[in-house]
Amino acid sequence: MNMIADMRQKLVVVGNGMAGMRTVEEILQRAPGKFEITVFGAEPQPNYDRIMLSPLLAGDKSFAQIVLNSHEWYAQNQIRLIAGEAVVAVDTAAKLVTGAAGTQVHYDVLLLATGSDPFVLPLPGVARPGVMTFRSVADVEQMLGIAAPGKKAVVIGGGLLGLEAAHGLNLRGMEVSVVHLMPTLMERQLDASAAHLLAKKLTERGMAIYTEAHTECFEGEGEDGPVSAVRLKDGTRLAADLVVMAVGIRPNVTLAKASGLVCGRGVLVDAAMRTSDPAVFAIGECIEFDKQCFGLVAPIWDMAKVAADHICEVAQSAFVPVATGTRLKVSGIEMFSAGAFAGDGTTEDVVLRDAARGVYKRLVLRGDVLVGVVCFGDARDAGWYFELLRSGAPVGELRETMIFGPVAASGGAEDSLALLADSAEICGCNGVSKGSICQAIATHGLTSVDDVRARTKASASCGSCTGLVEGLLKLSLGESYAAQTQKPMCKCTGHGHDEVRRRIKAAGLKSIPDVMQALEWRTPDGCGACRPALNFYLIAAWPGEYVDDAQSRFVNERMHANIQKDGTYSVVPRMWGGTTSAKELRAIADVVDKFNIPEVKVTGGQRIDMLGVRKEDLQAVWRDLNAAGLVSGHAYGKALRTVKTCVGSEWCRFGVQDSTAMGIALEKTTWGSWHPHKVKLAVSGCPRNCAEATIKDFGVVATEAGWDLHVGGNGGIKVRATELLCKVTTEAEVMEYCCAFLQLYRMEARYLERTAPWLERVGLKYVQERIVENAPLRKQLFADFLYAQKFMQDDPWAQQAAEPKASPKFNAMAELV
Amino acid sequence: MMDGFAGKAVFIDIGALEDIPRLGARSVKTALGDIAVFRNGQDELFALRDACPHKQGVLSQGIVHGRSVTCPLHGWVISLATGQAEGLDEGCTQRFAVKQEDGRVYLSLGHAA
Repeated sequence: MNMIADMRQKLVVVGNGMAGMRTVEEILQRAPGKFEITVFGAEPQPNYDRIMLSPLLAGDKSFAQIVLNSHEWYAQNQIRLIAGEAVVAVDTAAKLVTGAAGTQVHYDVLLLATGSDPFVLPLPGVARPGVMTFRSVADVEQMLGIAAPGKKAVVIGGGLLGLEAAHGLNLRGMEVSVVHLMPTLMERQLDASAAHLLAKKLTERGMAIYTEAHTECFEGEGEDGPVSAVRLKDGTRLAADLVVMAVGIRPNVTLAKASGLVCGRGVLVDAAMRTSDPAVFAIGECIEFDKQCFGLVAPIWDMAKVAADHICEVAQSAFVPVATGTRLKVSGIEMFSAGAFAGDGTTEDVVLRDAARGVYKRLVLRGDVLVGVVCFGDARDAGWYFELLRSGAPVGELRETMIFGPVAASGGAEDSLALLADSAEICGCNGVSKGSICQAIATHGLTSVDDVRARTKASASCGSCTGLVEGLLKLSLGESYAAQTQKPMCKCTGHGHDEVRRRIKAAGLKSIPDVMQALEWRTPDGCGACRPALNFYLIAAWPGEYVDDAQSRFVNERMHANIQKDGTYSVVPRMWGGTTSAKELRAIADVVDKFNIPEVKVTGGQRIDMLGVRKEDLQAVWRDLNAAGLVSGHAYGKALRTVKTCVGSEWCRFGVQDSTAMGIALEKTTWGSWHPHKVKLAVSGCPRNCAEATIKDFGVVATEAGWDLHVGGNGGIKVRATELLCKVTTEAEVMEYCCAFLQLYRMEARYLERTAPWLERVGLKYVQERIVENAPLRKQLFADFLYAQKFMQDDPWAQQAAEPKASPKFNAMAELV
Repeated sequence: MMDGFAGKAVFIDIGALEDIPRLGARSVKTALGDIAVFRNGQDELFALRDACPHKQGVLSQGIVHGRSVTCPLHGWVISLATGQAEGLDEGCTQRFAVKQEDGRVYLSLGHAA
């Protein structure tokens, strides 16, 4: 045994952190058993993930959860770990390392991974208890000793580390102020616009942000009493129970310098990670290479591979620093930046701002190449951008859609998928790479997007990468991949309704030609089935933005009247809640006489229908009806049709609520809304239900206690009674639940799917979870509905009647008789 | 050769191309009944009797796509080029000659005088 042990080379690692241990892992992979390994660590713990200190501070993770290499790991790999003993001297001539406690170990190869030290501002009072840095588990423990709800913390430094500390302390209930020297936060990772949004968000979360703020001193009692305040140069005094200094790091070169190794800012190394002494390697944050120091993990992982290659003498690799991206999540705000994100005179920007969602994206291009990225508020596509940036490939046609991410670009992006590196992130939500998806497809024989979702979580969260996952399935399975899990909309496309709706939203498609282009429609302009569907989906997705396409409307919606079998039309004015007046009835009677309308009939929805109106008379009929205050009843549309009511408590001896007023209020709020299919409402004033509310899309039945809300009913070929959604007490609640329900239906049901089949498809529980149990979502849906209504409640009859008399729509092009 | 006439056609100016919406149609009143004049996405023009072979639906009010129109009454799809019903439906509607010159649309109803 001793003979064998003696033959092994001795490797000593100074520094038991992420860089050192990653190198050891790489060495064990390349040459297991080649070295007798000893590791010195100044900290008493085994190697842990320093990046996870903020979740540890925030209480999201325990220490056990952030340990990377446990004590067992060291034992299993026969590594001698000397934890809690810093190395104080290296004798490079004798190849001997000496620890603070006197431990001496000889080496054949030495690896320095001493990391960096936090920069401490040399200000008066810096030694006071309560002033600390944020670098180690010990620092976190010290902070948690002071942190308590209501106490005050001042974080000095508005960079990545400082904001992570601030976030953690904020979550611990402390009142946090951030003091930053520069004009904007995180200036090394974010441009001014993104930094501004960040400051706003953090302020909303209760933090106070001071920029261009110079710290003058730390106040406290006496010479060495605990810190009580931070004073700034402009005289501002911030009370503080805890001060965290996170103003930067500098390479820890104390040991290297004392050992006679050549140092600049860091320990100087060549591209093999070798120091000025050929037996000594250095890696990580303590080094300087090509005038650069490093603080992020990605380049350090590259260094570990190179160092291992040379230490094991298996390959002549060279370290080449590559662009790195910074991904950060503070208070749930996703951020990402990479490359030359600030831009300069030779670059061009592609910018997307979505104020409502708090999203800002900026792509910096030099010529045809992506050189910088900033994403704020939505970093789902960061992996894709980063790969694009790293590859340095010309963006070409991607340029037009790339700001919307890979989904928008995926029409025809299969080739670029094939070129994507295995490490490229496909699903940003769940951090799933191309490699792991392809491997899962191969290993488990996956054949559908759902399979991939179940197995890898890719596209299981926001779903914006579904197109990419499909692409990978196609790449992996070739012809045998059957894409559609849902029936295609029509023969013009292979996509189902849900997929089309999702991509309209995700890719920001705002016109029918855009949709057809991006989703690779097989026909030049669709067909009679898909065009009305797309027109509706676009109306629903982009209220106030999308311009209705009359040529994609079914005739009734284009003419605002119902075509009859002889080519004449029927005209149905709106009667709010089924109520009318002598004036309205007189106007209707006059119109019937004036235009010789052959038939007048009362409808099932409590309206009056004038049948047999000639196309040429429509404008004039509407003009006369408008004059009496009558507007379009939308009896012709996939729209809110009627709100049927009974007389209710105003007149009926059984009525318990004013159903007529409730119905009128509902109709006044919901009229003009377009839907996947027709929508009918009713309000009954007592459980006798004379308004037949239980066969309506949304039915309201009054009770002594309030209102029962019923959904998903219809008459028609297949009668379906409603299901009880819930019971509410006030009129305001009836309105809110009704609008939220209609909005959910409008946004999720497939075109020409009424609420009844939709409800059967998704289940009552699905709707209840969203409308009844999730109040914030219900309120959001309600707000979305009202927002869309702002653009919809414009009487189409009045618009049409105002057009010139010989409007082409209503008249023959020529009369050759 | 169109169905409605034989021999030399007489074309009558019925209006400007802009009078017909792209992917739309207009009807023309004639002694032979209403004729629908269609303009598709590529600005090709077609003319058919304005009645579906199924139940005489007003084809000029249908949705125009490619070289077809979907009838508003029961969704039959009629070929603009042939007047034949497409798919599984059977039937044919009469065609007429139509052409455009310098932005004007000319329709022919039958024989030369």
